[in-house]
Amino acid sequence: MLEIKNLHVSVGDREILKGLTLTVKDGEVAAIMGPNGTGKSTLSYVISGREGYEVTQGEVLLDGENILELEPHVRAAKGVFLAFQYPVEIPGVATMTFLKAAMNAQRRSRGEEELATPELMKRVKEAAAKLGVSQEMLRRPLNSGFSGGEKKRMDILQMTLLQPRFGILDETDSGLDIDALRVVSEGVNSLRAPNRSFLVITHYQRLLDYIKPDTVHVMAKGAIQRSGGPELALELEERGYQEYLGEEAA
Amino acid sequence: MAARQETVARVEEIDVDAYKYGFTTDIESEKAPKGLSEDIVRFISAKKNEPDWLTEWRLEAYRRWLTMDEPNWARVKYPPIDYQDLYYYSAPKSTPGPKTLDEVDPELLRTYEKLGIPLREQEILAGVETRKVAVDAVFDSVSVATTFKDELARAGVIFCPISEAVKTHPELVRKYLGSVVPATDNFYATLNSAVFSDGSFVYVPKGVRCPMELSTYFRINEQKTGQFERTLIIADEGSYVSYLEGCTAPKRDENQLHAAVVELVALDDAEIKYSTVQNWYPGDSEGKGGIYNFVTKRGDCRGRNSHISWTQVETGSAITWKYPSCILRGDNSQGEFYSIAVSNGHQQVDSGSKMIHLGRNTRSRIVSKGISAGKSQNTYRGQVSAHRKAEGARNFTQCDSLLIGHECGAHTVPYIESKNPSAQFEHEATTSKISEDQLFYAQQRGLSAEEATALIVNGFVRDVLQQLPMEFAVEAQKLISISLEGSVG
Repeated sequence: MLEIKNLHVSVGDREILKGLTLTVKDGEVAAIMGPNGTGKSTLSYVISGREGYEVTQGEVLLDGENILELEPHVRAAKGVFLAFQYPVEIPGVATMTFLKAAMNAQRRSRGEEELATPELMKRVKEAAAKLGVSQEMLRRPLNSGFSGGEKKRMDILQMTLLQPRFGILDETDSGLDIDALRVVSEGVNSLRAPNRSFLVITHYQRLLDYIKPDTVHVMAKGAIQRSGGPELALELEERGYQEYLGEEAA
Repeated sequence: MAARQETVARVEEIDVDAYKYGFTTDIESEKAPKGLSEDIVRFISAKKNEPDWLTEWRLEAYRRWLTMDEPNWARVKYPPIDYQDLYYYSAPKSTPGPKTLDEVDPELLRTYEKLGIPLREQEILAGVETRKVAVDAVFDSVSVATTFKDELARAGVIFCPISEAVKTHPELVRKYLGSVVPATDNFYATLNSAVFSDGSFVYVPKGVRCPMELSTYFRINEQKTGQFERTLIIADEGSYVSYLEGCTAPKRDENQLHAAVVELVALDDAEIKYSTVQNWYPGDSEGKGGIYNFVTKRGDCRGRNSHISWTQVETGSAITWKYPSCILRGDNSQGEFYSIAVSNGHQQVDSGSKMIHLGRNTRSRIVSKGISAGKSQNTYRGQVSAHRKAEGARNFTQCDSLLIGHECGAHTVPYIESKNPSAQFEHEATTSKISEDQLFYAQQRGLSAEEATALIVNGFVRDVLQQLPMEFAVEAQKLISISLEGSVG
């Protein structure tokens, strides 16, 4: 379970998150919808521990433990996974090498035995086949020269292999055509489990046709303005975000 | 995030000062009096019982050196060196000359053991059990042991200290010594010619493929002692040899001078692969101490279809000044230079390569990867030239720099010159920074900041690491990670 309590975050002098509170229960898929520039990506970075964001107040609890003081890789090993809006290219590092390094680094952090290469490769190949990631892509340097859709699929492949407790999808639908969107969504849906929860950040309702949320939260002005069920997403699609923006919209 | 900063701060504290090979060996040594003069040159020559021609050769070099100025065009800064305040000869007392392994001082054997270099013939490097590596160990000014000499001799390969070769194979030494790097070549090479102490000599006869890797480990131990080794490798027609040198030195507050000369000669259809893993003491985190590495390395592709390849991984030294080069004299000859130069702390590197195309259809390739971290400065300086007769000469140069942090610098200075219209030279250069995006991405997947940096750097240097003999590639990869520890944050 992830609990965000009264979270205030600044970048430089500017306060971006202004007292955000949100709980995502085990097994729940929560969607956050909101206009651009309202701090949705900031939220995903603060949960996953990126530098440059100053938490001035509040807590983020994963299974009751405040994770805000932990280094990003420690949070990752505890099960926080972020699927990036723009996955990063790492030239010269073969995708398979990267996957191996990541999987075993997390196991080491948790005090588990590292996986032997044959077992590891078997897991990667099985997961890759389901997501339509070719063997040839696994040999290429990570994300280098991959199309937008390939990069997103690679992120979902990583999520599949790392089996997180809490997955964040940051605008995963951006830059995807319908076919890629379907593959990626199916990948996410197959990971839904009673002990795993998701935070799906999106601007459009479209993604939620494929990944059906249990709860929908409207975020604006650095905080959650309203929460509801899946029907709220449809309402937003129809009426837009104006009513939540108040004076800032003008 | 506070926790992360703390960790990085802690790593930074231990980092540069944690030079693993910084111990000294307590061993009695015999030194020449401090300073340099004709008498000292004669003293060194006499210590080694050299023939008159060599003594005279040294003296000529010395006289020439007196008229020369230290080069000042490299992008490095250091206070003037007082050449009269150095010792030019130091030998462990118990070993006046190389003997069998059983006679080597146990203290010396322990030193090399600590360095991870086995001088016992049944042992081998890095746990690779099927391959043998013959080692020549040079301690300060003399070679203390050479392994597998008998086995090599059966193949006809001569691998011994150069001081020994002067006596046992004078005709070869006399013919080739100074034939690639003349005694008058440059300030440091000329100084080396006057006072060179020891180094390795290799001769691979016609048509012989050297049955094992040859390697030399250089160790500076004494204080205020310059190391001036001289290596000469000759690959006769149709032969092949792969040679690796490794270097370490104790931690000392003063700067130590290392001015070596390496000469390679490849005759018709011969191939020489020369690899270096250089890990001289780089100085402490304040920039105090460390080795001045002023080295002249040159290979002469003298014969048709000959091939010389330099591969270097440079992580040590306070200052590096070296430009391993190939003279492509024979038609269809081929020269290669693959380099990884890592600088951290206050290190300064000015390094690169020269490819001099003289023969027809000569080809060369330069791949240089510079990684700068801390407050270091890393310069690639390269020269590619084609002589009038170098019909169809081709060169490809790729020069990539990676910056870690914002206090370091990377510079690329290529000189390209062609006197033949059919020559084709290509130069590509890139400079990049490890981006925060890349680091965070890898950390988010579970790698610590240090692991993430090492992974990204390994990706950056991969195509050069692949050129190293396998067992040393692993060693080199570790070395790169170690020398970059504490560079992120």
